[in-house]
Amino acid sequence: MSFTPTKETYSGKVYPVTIGTGDKAVTFGGENVLTFHSFEGETPNRPVIAYEIQDVPPTDWPDSVKKPFEGVSDDPVKWAKFCQDELKAAVIALRLIGTHPDKEDRSPADASKTVSDLLAAIDVPLIILGSNHAEKDSQVLVAVAEAAKDKNCVIGKAQEANYKTIAAAAMANNHKLIAMSELDINLSKQLNILITQMGFEKERLITDPMCSALGYGLEYTYSVMERIRLAALLQQDATMQPPMLGDIGMYVWKVKETHAPEADQPQWGSTEERGIAWEATTATSLLIAGAELLIMRHPKAVEALEKVIEELI
Amino acid sequence: MALSGVEIFKLLPKTNCKKCGHPTCLAFAMKLAQRQASLDSCPDVSEEAKQKLGEASAPPVRPITFGAGDKAVKMGEETVLFRHDKKFVNPCAFALEIKDTLSSEEISELAGQVVGSEIDRVGQKLRIDAIALTNSSGDAGKFESAAKLVAEKAPEVPVILCAENPGAAEAAVKIFAGKRPVIYGANSSNVDAMAEIAKANKAVLGVTANGLEELSTLTEKIKSLGVEDMVIDSGARKAKDIIEQNTLIRRAAIKKGFKPLGYPVINFVQREDSLHETLMAVIGVAKYASITVLSSIEKWKNLALFALRQNIYTDPQVPMQVEQKIYNIGEPGPDAPLFITTNFSLTYFIVSGEIENSRVASRLAIMDCEGLSVLTAWAAGKFTASKIAQFISESGVEKEISHKELIIPGYVAILSGSVEDKLSGWKITIGPREANAIPTFLKTRTA
Repeated sequence: MSFTPTKETYSGKVYPVTIGTGDKAVTFGGENVLTFHSFEGETPNRPVIAYEIQDVPPTDWPDSVKKPFEGVSDDPVKWAKFCQDELKAAVIALRLIGTHPDKEDRSPADASKTVSDLLAAIDVPLIILGSNHAEKDSQVLVAVAEAAKDKNCVIGKAQEANYKTIAAAAMANNHKLIAMSELDINLSKQLNILITQMGFEKERLITDPMCSALGYGLEYTYSVMERIRLAALLQQDATMQPPMLGDIGMYVWKVKETHAPEADQPQWGSTEERGIAWEATTATSLLIAGAELLIMRHPKAVEALEKVIEELI
Repeated sequence: MALSGVEIFKLLPKTNCKKCGHPTCLAFAMKLAQRQASLDSCPDVSEEAKQKLGEASAPPVRPITFGAGDKAVKMGEETVLFRHDKKFVNPCAFALEIKDTLSSEEISELAGQVVGSEIDRVGQKLRIDAIALTNSSGDAGKFESAAKLVAEKAPEVPVILCAENPGAAEAAVKIFAGKRPVIYGANSSNVDAMAEIAKANKAVLGVTANGLEELSTLTEKIKSLGVEDMVIDSGARKAKDIIEQNTLIRRAAIKKGFKPLGYPVINFVQREDSLHETLMAVIGVAKYASITVLSSIEKWKNLALFALRQNIYTDPQVPMQVEQKIYNIGEPGPDAPLFITTNFSLTYFIVSGEIENSRVASRLAIMDCEGLSVLTAWAAGKFTASKIAQFISESGVEKEISHKELIIPGYVAILSGSVEDKLSGWKITIGPREANAIPTFLKTRTA
């Protein structure tokens, strides 16, 4: 029996999305095959990793991921410049966690100032994320979208409860938009439809099917991503064709395995290496499942990801 | 090649006798085609049909076991390309490479690491499953003595004997008589000798080639020489090639029923940098490897890989569940808060994680709701006032605490009155709807 490779022909294609402006603009997506299946189709762009920073100091991050940013994380501008200049970040993701009513309840005006200061200091593309408080985000993200007008940023996250105001602000100020729903392909599809029905172009969307950490429901995110990608490619489902985001860092650095001291869990080995491996493993598996854009924290995890991406393309 | 329902139907007795438990032979044939029934249920099937159907219904990836006893490793039997379609069956085994050029102390130390690698995670015992002993010296005598040492230090651990030289393979395989090692392996220049050794010693034969065309020819030849149990290596070493070749192998086996590639896959992912190697193993686990061979097994690395393997090989149709009991988070005193929620593993992980983040020692009562989340369990009548009351009174938690207050999930606020009626003397407090509000909830309570 002679062997003939079974190649798939995919009729659909993931939209390429470009963010940022000028020389440092970055494009991801655009493939017409499952991720890293370049043997049967086009994969014009490599996945992109954004470094996560915050508007307030990262007091609740575990020590091992706080340490690399010591001396810069007290100020978002210093922190962003450090990521851009020292760590060679391709993209910065600013999380406005300080606007959360239970944190510092910073105002939309405070947030806008942070964003304007950052944009003046860096030239790589910027992702601007709210604090995941649906009500507060709809005020904060509207204000920052305006402050960043025409900078082609990514604004997020629009959810079922607040997508209207956020999508309208992203549209009016020429940004891309992250649409997040909770671990269900149908919810994800529905939200993308609702947003495009407002007149928001589907080519400007990024789908976030909601991340989860290794050992804590990763398999749900993994399978939802695979199913979204198959729907995009095999069923030509246009609402499932935006690139996907894996918001890795904030889910990973919360779980016990990334911060429990070795003294408490001797069979788990070194805390620092364990945390880095946890972030990198979560990220790699979601890349394989179909994510094109990742938001991560630890420089060593990002470095390892870049190395594995280099081997995958 | 898999047969369709109608093709199978033609081979059945067509008596519609119902003895198989299906209303008609056609219905039974359809179930057979979907691999949801076994031909054994039909008492009247002819020998000829049995043979034809047997071949067609054999799993597309051959089931193979290596090693012996409790720690034997099962591989193959996979039926799908994507885990959302159906559970991936036999989890990828991790093997540690030990080179025969190392000193006896080093070999003993590494074998000891494998033996001591077992940990418990969510009720499952997980470990580095095998040792891949490599004939890096090229010397048969050295290989044999290293094999003896491994057999002595790690007697229960399944082994993969990596040698190209049939003399070395033969010397080492004798040491593992009755323990069903893998010999890796056969290539185009030594295939006859290796097949002979595998056959004589009842070993599984690893087959390596340069690409899938050559690999298919080799496995066919080995089968004709009388060895049926093989693990296959396409020769891919780079991440991109591993994904490509493993995908093409799995597709050929499952979509085309192509027998020459219907065997478990072995990937060698050794790298200088241990973190990079970890990520290579992630690719192996996610993309169809049955064995990945590693060069080091630090504890942090094992934990990450065990958790990943568990995630990927979870049954997508059966929610992961945790055991029903009262869990202590931190070291709760008698006045610590008591929460209740359902036993869906994600619910448990998220709620216990948030309680932990709040740094307020608490008790968390996890109630068996067949792995459903709070709202689903409530809607399905499994998380009801009377069941909650019964669980709490039978749990004996009352004896450990100085208060009688139970915090219920905000989504089932509607239950608070009826639980209070059924649990006499208890106060029911409505907790947050989402777990991420628990730290604030606890903070405002104590303030």
